[in-house]
Amino acid sequence: MSKANRNIVIIGNGISGVTCARHIRKKDESAQITIISGETDHFFSRTALMYIYMGHMKYEHTKPYEDWFWNKNRINLKRAWVEKIDFEVKALIFSNKESMTYDVLVLATGSKPNKFGWPGQDLKGVQGMYSYQDLELMESNTKDISKAVIVGGGLIGIEMAEMLNSRKIPVTFLVREKNFWDNILPLEESKMINRHILEHHIDLRLETELGEIIGDASGKVKAITTKTGEKIDCQFVGLTVGVSPNIEFLRTKPLESSENNKTIQTNRGIIVDRFFKTNIPDVYAIGDCAEFQETPAADRKNIEQVWYTGRMHGETLAFNLTSDKPVPYQPGVWFNSAKFLDIEYQTYGFVPPVWTEEYESLYWEDDGGKIAIRFLYGKSDMKIKGVNAFGWRLRHDYFDKAISEGWMFEKVLTHLNKASFNPEFFKSHHKAVLDQYNKQKGKSLKVHKMSFIQKLIGSRA
Amino acid sequence: MKTIQKIGLVIFVFGLVLFTFLPFFGTYQLEKETVETNVKEIHTDKMVEVLSPMFGKTYSSNFAFISDFKSYFNTYNDGLKANQEWDKVIWDNYAFALTKASATGPVSENPFLFLGITVLIGVFGALLYILPLYRGQTEGIKNDGIFFSSMKSKGLLGMITGAWLILFYIVLYWFPEYITNLVLMVDPISMALSGNPASQWFLYGFIYTLAIIVMGIRMFRKYRGNAYQTIRTTSVMFFQLAFAFLLPEILVLMNMPWHDFKNIWPLDYSFFYEYRIDGMISSGALGMFMLIWGIILIVVGVPLFTYFYGKRWYCSWVCGCGGLAETLGDPYRQLSDKSVKAWKIERYLIHGVLVFAVLMTGLTIANYFSGFELLGQATDQLHSIYGFAIGSAFAGVIGTGFYPLMGNRVWCRFGCPLAAYLGLVQRFKSRFRITTNGGQCISCGNCSTYCEMGIDVRWYAQRGQNIVRSSCVGCGVCSAVCPRGVLKLENGDEEGRINEMPIIIGNNSITVKA
Ligand SMILES: Cc1cc2nc3c(=O)[nH]c(=O)nc-3n(C[C@H](O)[C@H](O)[C@H](O)COP(=O)(O)OP(=O)(O)OC[C@H]3O[C@@H](n4cnc5c(N)ncnc54)[C@H](O)[C@@H]3O)c2cc1C
Ligand code: SF4
Ligand code: SF4
Repeated sequence: MSKANRNIVIIGNGISGVTCARHIRKKDESAQITIISGETDHFFSRTALMYIYMGHMKYEHTKPYEDWFWNKNRINLKRAWVEKIDFEVKALIFSNKESMTYDVLVLATGSKPNKFGWPGQDLKGVQGMYSYQDLELMESNTKDISKAVIVGGGLIGIEMAEMLNSRKIPVTFLVREKNFWDNILPLEESKMINRHILEHHIDLRLETELGEIIGDASGKVKAITTKTGEKIDCQFVGLTVGVSPNIEFLRTKPLESSENNKTIQTNRGIIVDRFFKTNIPDVYAIGDCAEFQETPAADRKNIEQVWYTGRMHGETLAFNLTSDKPVPYQPGVWFNSAKFLDIEYQTYGFVPPVWTEEYESLYWEDDGGKIAIRFLYGKSDMKIKGVNAFGWRLRHDYFDKAISEGWMFEKVLTHLNKASFNPEFFKSHHKAVLDQYNKQKGKSLKVHKMSFIQKLIGSRA
Repeated sequence: MKTIQKIGLVIFVFGLVLFTFLPFFGTYQLEKETVETNVKEIHTDKMVEVLSPMFGKTYSSNFAFISDFKSYFNTYNDGLKANQEWDKVIWDNYAFALTKASATGPVSENPFLFLGITVLIGVFGALLYILPLYRGQTEGIKNDGIFFSSMKSKGLLGMITGAWLILFYIVLYWFPEYITNLVLMVDPISMALSGNPASQWFLYGFIYTLAIIVMGIRMFRKYRGNAYQTIRTTSVMFFQLAFAFLLPEILVLMNMPWHDFKNIWPLDYSFFYEYRIDGMISSGALGMFMLIWGIILIVVGVPLFTYFYGKRWYCSWVCGCGGLAETLGDPYRQLSDKSVKAWKIERYLIHGVLVFAVLMTGLTIANYFSGFELLGQATDQLHSIYGFAIGSAFAGVIGTGFYPLMGNRVWCRFGCPLAAYLGLVQRFKSRFRITTNGGQCISCGNCSTYCEMGIDVRWYAQRGQNIVRSSCVGCGVCSAVCPRGVLKLENGDEEGRINEMPIIIGNNSITVKA
């Protein structure tokens, strides 16, 4: 399918768009590739925004490729906002009214923070956290303030709380749910993170919702109230109640000039099939902004706003655009990771917050309350289904195999030392976990031991 | 910052300032006897004659003293040189020894007092600052505010620190006669350890060791909860204190040559120099052991240990240069240049130095066995070029002086010939690698930023590729700072160690080759 000298234009220089461009270039020497973004000149890691604010890195450290990389790979970068797309004549119109044509268009426009129409949500000092501009805004909004409130207990919420904490700005953290992130995490895990948040002197308010945001005479936030009427003074409000596909500009009315201008089909996101095709020929959507008409796998959602998914979308679409035999997108075993202040979290496979009768779980938590592991396995077939780990790094390839091949849970349990990815010399909790299982089940499984020599030379065999 | 830490800082700065200005105190007076006891017998008469105008005169500063000394001494030598009387020229440099012996100020009378109010109080202040660090905080990564810090991100404080260090090294290597007061302070310690008065090198070793220990304690605070960092830091502290500082002095006490058993050629570039070999051969069984042990380390130790554990067994667990970099230098690790260009320069430089060291040593050994006829002069020339350019300027002035400007491993990365040798083994025949954890990388860049060797760790991690790089010293910090648990330093089977075309796990649509 590789037509010579195609003009491929990608809107969005995030992980999905950039991955797509890189992989197209690897297989197609002749294509003209252009990446457009209004956010920054170069691709940077959105996930690292918090570290810039905390002083761990500067912006330039978050750029995964040096600036010469794009030229060398003949990937044109254009800094501009696309305002409209004329699908009929295959042209983009920029906010400065310039235009650009394309043969193939890839929409990789990412997300934007949700706002739910709260009174006062547009006051100065109230903001979400998604883009580089948001970071700059947060920098100026939090200058010399003495109190902040974060609304919304998700991953970006806790990151924002950590950011403020690093600058010693007291934070009140409003979480609607009973426990932190308990729509994803099982109860014990949620409670562990609750405790850890408090340990960092963040004022965590569970089951608390935002009522309204109150401004002062100059239009700056000065307080919020909760739904129960409590008033909290603050000079900054972080709204982190999720993100939605960033597709507003696509929804604008068709261009008046051309009557039969096509519109792209959208719902919450841009509707695509398993090949990332939209309803318009030669137009594709990937990453955060794409919404699958049908979920790509039973345990997957229609929209997945994570880094890894964006990367895999980019890889797969690039393959399809450069190959005669396009393949449907087929994600493998689910995996994800995050860090809650000091506690790292990794998950592989299927671990819902609550599970049905078919499953059983083993949960072990260290006495210190900062290391934990949970396995979910089939009650009848005893096969491992998924794992959550906190403060305990696990090997991705091990669990990818174990879960996709349906290994026996007890085999995994006795071989945990092979599955662990913790740094050398870290305390092993393998035996403690196994002891707990043995005790609960009245069994006597034993740790699969390594010889002294194996340990000395670091053999995993 | 807690009050006690502020007090600590003030005390530390006080000690440092006093240390810096101490060399300018005191008076100097040269006597005939001083010359007689401090110069070689063959030079005694001449030196007494040349310097006689200075006898009995009291100089109120070392500048005045040294300036007079140099003018008399140089006038004498220059005269001979002009007449081409080369064999009469005095090539030895007596400036340091005579200045030190002529010092009559308070420092020579009260060395302990001055050691106390400069170095020891500095250590005390530093500990007051360091011990309460992160107290009351949870275990975890402590990198908040590093790029806002003037000291740690090439701000004014960093520049001043760099300038101070560079100056210190220049004076130490080439103008030690100006810091005799500092050397005098540690004389009693040197006497107690080795029975000899201190040289500038003893002073240097003393401060160096203290720096590793004090800043090692800082590492314990900073990386609390990370067993790898803690154990590795303990190891470098031990090797510096026991093997580099105490043991060599004790050897001297026993009339043995000064020897650091953990130093390995070609880092220890003078190992095969005539005087070293003769020294070892003439020192009985222990001397022979030094020679054989040194050779075993080069021929067997390096390849074997590096095969099993990677070069880290030396660079970040044993080595003194590495020890200083990992402790004193840790606050600056993020300043290393990660660009591909820097990597290119690195490879030319470090392998260039290795080639230089090998050729020079080859010639030296050939000379040794051919009875010094072959190229005798040339080797001496080479030795002094290497000693000046590599041993002093590169390893010291640039290697440490540039910590606050180019990161803490400038020497290890761009210059150390032993690191080059270890690196070749690590790259081509080793079980060590940093494993990348499947597809978990989010390209955040923490690993690359905090890699002191300037390795762009993320480049590999984000494509699911293991990191196998000759320069990696296995400090483990990339793994520590990774927020997603992507990196693990480990030794394992050679098979699958280098995965050039990794398949990133998680996408079953295609088997993507990055
Ligand atoms: C603070 C934060 C932390 C996160 N942490 C994690 C994490 O730890 N792990 C994880 O898996 N995920 C994380 N995510 C989510 C992850 O970053 C996103 O899923 C991912 O970046 C989406 O990539 P993308 O390529 O789809 O879109 P984006 O990265 O959003 O890129 C889209 C780009 O397109 C540009 N654009 C959009 N519209 C236009 C237009 N009309 N004209 C021009 N340019 C346009 C945007 O400005 C943007 O630069 C985090 C997100 C945030 C905000
Ligand atoms: S790659 Fe990691 S372990 Fe190696 S030197 Fe760099 S930071 Fe240290
Ligand atoms: S620190 Fe970890 S997640 Fe971040 S770029 Fe490096 S390997 Fe990837």
